[in-house]
Amino acid sequence: MKKRLWRIIIGAVLIATALAIKNIKIEWLKTEWCIAALYLLSYIIVGGDVVVRAIRNIFRGKVFDENFLMTVATIGAMIIAEYPEGVAVMLFYQVGELFQSYAVDKSRKSISDLMDIRPDYANVKRGNELVKVDPDEVRVGDIIVIKAGEKVPLDGRVIDGNSMVDTSSLTGESVPREVEAGSEVLSGCININGVISVEVTKEYEESTVSKILDLVENASSKKSHSERFITKFAMYYTPIVVIIAVLLAIIPPILIKDASFSGWIYRALSFLVVSCPCALVISIPLSFFGGIGGASRKGILVKGSNHLEALAKAEIIVFDKTGTLTKGIFNVREIHPEGISKEELLELTAYAESYSNHPISNSLRRAYGKEIDGERITDVEEISGHGVIAMIDEKKVAAGNVKLMEKLNIPCSNDEVDGTVIHVAIDSLYAGYIVIADEIKADSAYAIKELKKSNIKQTVMLTGDTKNVASKVANALGIDKVYSELLPGDKVEKMEELFSQKSAKGKIAFVGDGINDAPVLACADIGIAMGGLGSDAAIEAADIVIMTDEPSKITTAMRVSKKTLGIAYQNIMLAIGIKFIVLVLSALGVTNMWMAIFADVGVTIIAVLNSFRALNVKNL
Amino acid sequence: MRNDYKLGVITMKKKFILEGAICANCAAKIEMAINKLDGVKEATVNFMTRKMVVEGEDEKMSSIIQAAEKIVKDIEPGATMKKA
Repeated sequence: MKKRLWRIIIGAVLIATALAIKNIKIEWLKTEWCIAALYLLSYIIVGGDVVVRAIRNIFRGKVFDENFLMTVATIGAMIIAEYPEGVAVMLFYQVGELFQSYAVDKSRKSISDLMDIRPDYANVKRGNELVKVDPDEVRVGDIIVIKAGEKVPLDGRVIDGNSMVDTSSLTGESVPREVEAGSEVLSGCININGVISVEVTKEYEESTVSKILDLVENASSKKSHSERFITKFAMYYTPIVVIIAVLLAIIPPILIKDASFSGWIYRALSFLVVSCPCALVISIPLSFFGGIGGASRKGILVKGSNHLEALAKAEIIVFDKTGTLTKGIFNVREIHPEGISKEELLELTAYAESYSNHPISNSLRRAYGKEIDGERITDVEEISGHGVIAMIDEKKVAAGNVKLMEKLNIPCSNDEVDGTVIHVAIDSLYAGYIVIADEIKADSAYAIKELKKSNIKQTVMLTGDTKNVASKVANALGIDKVYSELLPGDKVEKMEELFSQKSAKGKIAFVGDGINDAPVLACADIGIAMGGLGSDAAIEAADIVIMTDEPSKITTAMRVSKKTLGIAYQNIMLAIGIKFIVLVLSALGVTNMWMAIFADVGVTIIAVLNSFRALNVKNL
Repeated sequence: MRNDYKLGVITMKKKFILEGAICANCAAKIEMAINKLDGVKEATVNFMTRKMVVEGEDEKMSSIIQAAEKIVKDIEPGATMKKA
């Protein structure tokens, strides 16, 4: 790149000399051939490599190659004695190329800096020694030691030590998290102060850090519509412009009396200068690359340019309730036993639900507080959307919602309560119910409000929870439509119903926490998974992963998406617009080759600089 | 994406890195040309990361790679395909 820069500088100096000579009084220097020689020399220095490539490509039968086009345009200009133009076109063409490669490198670098979470080594305990090894070589179950200031190289569980960890590179969240023995730590975080020993739970390939890196690096492979459009456009644009140029050089001089050949050739050559599609083709992926990079800085992982583009067109946003709009941390609020003691009811329910990982089951186990003795449980049957039936101490315990009780023909109280109710029956006798409640996340209401401001036509909430709980949450948040008491299968059905309500170009986004909603995530136009940290299923199934569990990040993602798309459109309009105007003007002979150079190189530079804005997401 | 690809055909994915100077338009041209090769299910060339992923029929992979190398050389003589 340095060499190229020097060639451009020397070439520019020679051109300036050639131009200056005209005004000095040394007669022998002012001769035509001397000036021509200076131009030729600078042309060779600046554009020699382009000419060489062009010749090589002719033998390969590639006439629409940009090297070839530039060579024809510049040599043509010199043949009709327009030396300064000829050399300047080549000079500026090279400036444009240099700038492009600089911009792309810079953009690549800023993304890799952004993603500077790749751990370089891990300190593994081997016997009493600490060995520094590549994270690749660490196996599950190994003990690694992470000192202050070091990156967590692999996912694992802390077994010793206390510390604060900085998760900002993964989540964009700046408040450090406290960890102690028993807490999970994720690779890519930075250990701030203490020393911690961690038992590795995932190999490097499976670790959060490599998943995220893989995701971001491959994101721009999935191309956006605008990028596909522009490559298609480029495919036709160049040949058409070149053909018109040829016609322009031949036909008018034949048809029009007194028309000068060189005048029309000059116009045709201007066409060739504008015929390169590079400004267009480069600025679109550059914008999306920047947008995806900027989003990841905010803790939003976008899996493809196409998804970032689709998000800007979202019309309906569908939310899962639990874990998405609410914290998903349930707590046992009330216990209403019938015929047995409170403790007994809680114990049996906790046992019955102990095989499930659902947040509700976890809350029961937490409230019960004692170890679950697996041997007391036999025959667990989970009935999706209803509950569980399990044999505990030879008693048949059924725990679930009203539907389960109806199914088993057990009458139960159906009072309105604020929360999720788990009814329990022991040996087909009603034994009371437990009320479990969840909390709405702090920023949920703000997120819904902001979404409405940004032209979302409808917000919808889907939940398996009762109508009562669902409508309370929806009212508190200002959600337009609620579908409650849904089985996992019903959610997909409701989504299909919603598809018929959107406009032809509008998109539907579904936001879930990745637990139990993978099919819905997959069937939406845009699947957004919340709280992606540590949840493989979510990262797998979604198109966009929000690393923190803040719903307000959806609005941030939409802003990034709209900004990126806006920049891409601006670039398309700018480049096509200016090129078209210059083409028309050169055909009419109104403008000159200098304008054509601007339409090519100038526009490239403006478009590239514009696409850099996509990376800046500070105020979004 | 061609999701309706012949059923029952085993495909595999190969990853490459394109080294050397490569322009955005050429990357697109390379992608298009490789996608037209026999046995290729999907090929993507990522200009920004210089990564190329070719998914194609298991049996035809070696001929696909050879053809792809020739395409890269033809379109961008300065670039080479390296296994990633």
